[in-house]
Amino acid sequence: MTPASAEPRSELATLLFGRLSLDSIPYHEPIILVTFAVAALAGISVLAWITRARAWGWLWRDWFCSIDHKKIGVMYMILGFVMLLRGFADAIMMRAQQAIAFGDSAGYLPPHHYDQIFTAHGVIMIFFVAMPFVTGLMNYIVPLQIGARDVAFPFLNNFSFWMTTAGALLVMLSLFVGEFATTGWLAFPPLSGADYSPGVGVDYYIWALQIAGVGTLLSGVNLIVTIVKMRAPGMGLMKMPVFTWTALCTNVLIVAAFPVLTAVLLLLGLDRTVGTNFFTNDFGGNPMMYVNMIWIWGHPEVYILILPLFGVFSEVVSTFSGKRLFGYTSMVYATVVITILSYLVWLHHFFTMGSGASVNSFFGITTMIISIPTGAKLFNWLFTMYRGRIRFELPMLWMMGFMFTFVVGGMTGVLLAVPPADFVLHNSLFLIAHFHNVIIGGVVFGVFAAVSYWYPKVFGFHLDVFWGKVSFWCWQVGFLFAFMPLYVLGLMGVTRRVSHFEDSSLQPFFIVAAFGAVLIGCGILASLIQFYVSHQRREQLRDVSGDPWDGRTLEWATSSPPPEYNFAFTPRVHDIDAWWDMKRGGYQRPTAGFMPIHMPKGTSAGIILAGISAVLGFALIWHIWWLAVTGFAGLVGFAIFHTFNLDRDFHIPADEVARVEDARTRALAATGA
Amino acid sequence: MSASNPAMTHDGADRWLVREELHAQPGTMLGFWLYLMSDCLIFACLFAMYGVVGGNYAAGPGPKDLFELPLVAVNTAMLLFSSITYGFAMIEMQRRRVNATIVWLAVTGLFGLAFLGIELYEFHHLIHEGAGPQRSAFLSAFFTLVGTHGLHVSFGLVWLLTLIVQLKRWGLTDSTRRRLACLSMFWHFLDLIWIGVFTYVYLMGALR
Repeated sequence: MTPASAEPRSELATLLFGRLSLDSIPYHEPIILVTFAVAALAGISVLAWITRARAWGWLWRDWFCSIDHKKIGVMYMILGFVMLLRGFADAIMMRAQQAIAFGDSAGYLPPHHYDQIFTAHGVIMIFFVAMPFVTGLMNYIVPLQIGARDVAFPFLNNFSFWMTTAGALLVMLSLFVGEFATTGWLAFPPLSGADYSPGVGVDYYIWALQIAGVGTLLSGVNLIVTIVKMRAPGMGLMKMPVFTWTALCTNVLIVAAFPVLTAVLLLLGLDRTVGTNFFTNDFGGNPMMYVNMIWIWGHPEVYILILPLFGVFSEVVSTFSGKRLFGYTSMVYATVVITILSYLVWLHHFFTMGSGASVNSFFGITTMIISIPTGAKLFNWLFTMYRGRIRFELPMLWMMGFMFTFVVGGMTGVLLAVPPADFVLHNSLFLIAHFHNVIIGGVVFGVFAAVSYWYPKVFGFHLDVFWGKVSFWCWQVGFLFAFMPLYVLGLMGVTRRVSHFEDSSLQPFFIVAAFGAVLIGCGILASLIQFYVSHQRREQLRDVSGDPWDGRTLEWATSSPPPEYNFAFTPRVHDIDAWWDMKRGGYQRPTAGFMPIHMPKGTSAGIILAGISAVLGFALIWHIWWLAVTGFAGLVGFAIFHTFNLDRDFHIPADEVARVEDARTRALAATGA
Repeated sequence: MSASNPAMTHDGADRWLVREELHAQPGTMLGFWLYLMSDCLIFACLFAMYGVVGGNYAAGPGPKDLFELPLVAVNTAMLLFSSITYGFAMIEMQRRRVNATIVWLAVTGLFGLAFLGIELYEFHHLIHEGAGPQRSAFLSAFFTLVGTHGLHVSFGLVWLLTLIVQLKRWGLTDSTRRRLACLSMFWHFLDLIWIGVFTYVYLMGALR
C-alpha cells in the first residue's frame, strides 16, 4: 500500500511513476528490511561467484537460451527449489507467530503483514513451487520416455519457462517494492476489489499469475503435442509409460483449466483498473461468479499437481519391486477418470455459500466418487509390491511415506466432501491440515521421490543416501507434528488465517505444530546438504551405465546424463516396459553407423520476451501507463521480429554423434559392462 | 552398418532401432488447435459472465436502448465477408499463386479493418451516451466480451500484415504456408465467436 504522503503528488510524478513512490519501499518494517538485506547479500554473492568463474557467457548460451528440454527441465526444478525456500520461510513465520500470539502477546507480525504472508505462502507454493516442479519433471522425462529428441515446440518451451520465472520475479519483487495481496491465495472479491484492497498487492497477484499462466498454458499445449505426435514407432497409447500417461492427462487439464483462470483474473483486473462491475457489490456485480470460476480452474489445478506424481510413484514402485506395474490398464483408466471427474467437483470448495441442498449433494457425491479411481491406484501400487523383490532405495522410501500419508489426507478429504460435515469444518484448520496432508504427502513426497529416482539420469551420479534418509525422516515426522495438531484444532473450531488467539489453552497445539515446521525445515536443509555432499562425492557416486536402478522405461536406455540428442537412434517399442523388453530381448547398443541429427537451435527470444512481460506487468501494477504502452509495443514488436528469424535448426554432424557415442562405449568398457 | 557391428544382426537392429532418419510428424496444426480451444474457453467464461450478469442493468440502459441492429448487421457482414476472402486467399495459396494470395489477404485485412472501425464507432457512441463499461454489470460484460473479440481481431490484423510482408519476402515456403494455415484457423475461429456474440448478445438482447 502506498501510505498517504504529507503533500499531494505532483502530476508529473504520477505521470512518470504512477503509484510508485519512495514510500512504497517498506524500509520502516524491520523484518522486511532484514529479509531484503539477506536476499540482496545472497544475490550479490551468487552474481559475484558467477562473474568470478567467468560463467556468464556459458550460463547465457548453454542454459538461459537453451531450448533443450532437459536443461529447461532442470531450470524449472531449480526455480521450484528456490521458491520452496521462500514459501517455507513464509510458513515458518506463520507457525512462529501462531505459537506465541496468545492473550496479551501480539506476536511479532502485525496483522497486515501476517495476511500478506499467508497469501504469499499459498500463491508461491502452488504456482511457483509445485507447478515448476511438476512442469520440470514432465519436461525432462516425457521426451526421454517416449523416445523423442525434444518437445514439439522447443522455443515455446524456453519461452514458457521464462514466463513462469517472470511471474515468480514479480511475486518476489512485491516483498521489497510495495506489498503483496492480503486476501488469501485465491483473492475472492469483494475483498480483492478496488474498494477493499486499494493497494498494489492484488495487482501484483493478478499480473504475476497472468504472466506465469501464459507459460503454463503454452507448456501444456507443447507437451500434449509432444506426447500425441512424437512417440517412438510402436508406442501406441496403451504402451506409453504411466508417467507419460499422467503427464498427458495433466496437460489436458492445464489446457482446459488455465484459460478460466486467465479469464477470471482478467475480469478482476478490469474491475480494479478500469472500474467495471463484474464482482462488485453494487451496479449489478456478482462476486459469486468469481468464486465459481476460480474454483472451476482451482479444482482441476490440484489434479494437475498430483497426477504426474501418481505417475512418478507408478514408475518408482514397479522399478524397485522388480515387477511390471500391476494393473497398467486400470491405472490408465483411473487417471483418465480422475481427469474428467476433476471438472465436476469444484463446488465442494464452497458448500456453505448458498447453493442449496440438492446442488451440494451432487457435488458431494462426485467428490466422493473421485476416491474410487484414486483407491484403485493405491491398490495397484500395493499389488505391484506384493511378492515383488523390493529394494528400499530413497525413491521407494518416499513412496512408502506417500502411501501412508496420502491415504490419511484422502480420507479427511472424503470426510470434507460430506456437505453437513463441511458446514462444521469449512474454513477451519481441519481443512488446512487436509490439503497439506495431500499436497505434502502427495506432491512434495512425489517430487522428492522423482528427484532421487531420476537424479542419476540427469547428472550422472547418485544422490547421497544418508542425507536423503535424514531429509525423508525429517519431512515425514515433521509433517505429522506440524499438521496432526491442526486437525485437532480444526475439529475444535479454530479458523484459518488468524494471527492472534485469546484462548491460551490452544497454545500447546500450535507449539507442537511449530516444532513440526522446524523439523520440516531440517528436512529441506538436509536436502540441500544432500545436493552439496553428492556433488562433492560425485566420483564415488558416479553411474556410468545409464541404468542404475535396472529401470524399465526408455529414459534408462540412453546415457546419464543423456546426450543433447537423447538417442543416437530412435528406439522401436514393442512393450509397455520398452527398455526392460530391450534388455531381455538381446538389445545391443549400436556403436557405428551414426547419422547426422536434426536439432533445434537455441535463442534468446524467450528470455527477452519474458523480460519485457515482467516490465509490462510491473508497469500495469503501478499504473505507469507510458511504460505499459512501451512495454506492450515492445512485446508485440519483438514477437514479430522473432517471426522473421528462420534460422532455427541445425544438424549435429554424424562425426560428432559418433564421438559422443564412442566416448560412452569406452566408459562402459572401462567399467566392464 | 550392421556389418560394422558383428554383435548385431540386421534383423536385430530393425527390431530395436530406427536406422533411417525419422521425420517427426508436424505438430503445429494440432498445437494451434489446442491453443484455439483454450482461447475458446476464455470466450466461454466471458459468455458465461454475460449470461449471468447480462440482465443486471443497475437502473441504467438495457440492450434495447443501446443496440442498433442495422449497424451490427453491417458489422457482422464485414467479418463474414472477411472470412470468405480469407478462404479465397487459401485457395490461391493451394494454387501456389503468391500475388493473388497477397491480394486476397489485403482484401481480408480491409474487411477486418472496417469491422474494427464500426466496432470502435459503436463503443465510442455508447460511452458518449454515458453507457460505458463502468455503468452496470451488463455493460461491463458487454464491453469485455465484444472488446476481447475486437482485440483478437486487431491481433489478427497485425499478424495478417506481418504475413503479407513475409510472403513478399519469402514467397510460399513451408513456413509461410503453415503460418497462413494457422492464421486461417484463427480468423475463422473469430468469425465463429462473433456469430455467438451476434446471436447471444445482440439478437437476443433485442428480444429482451
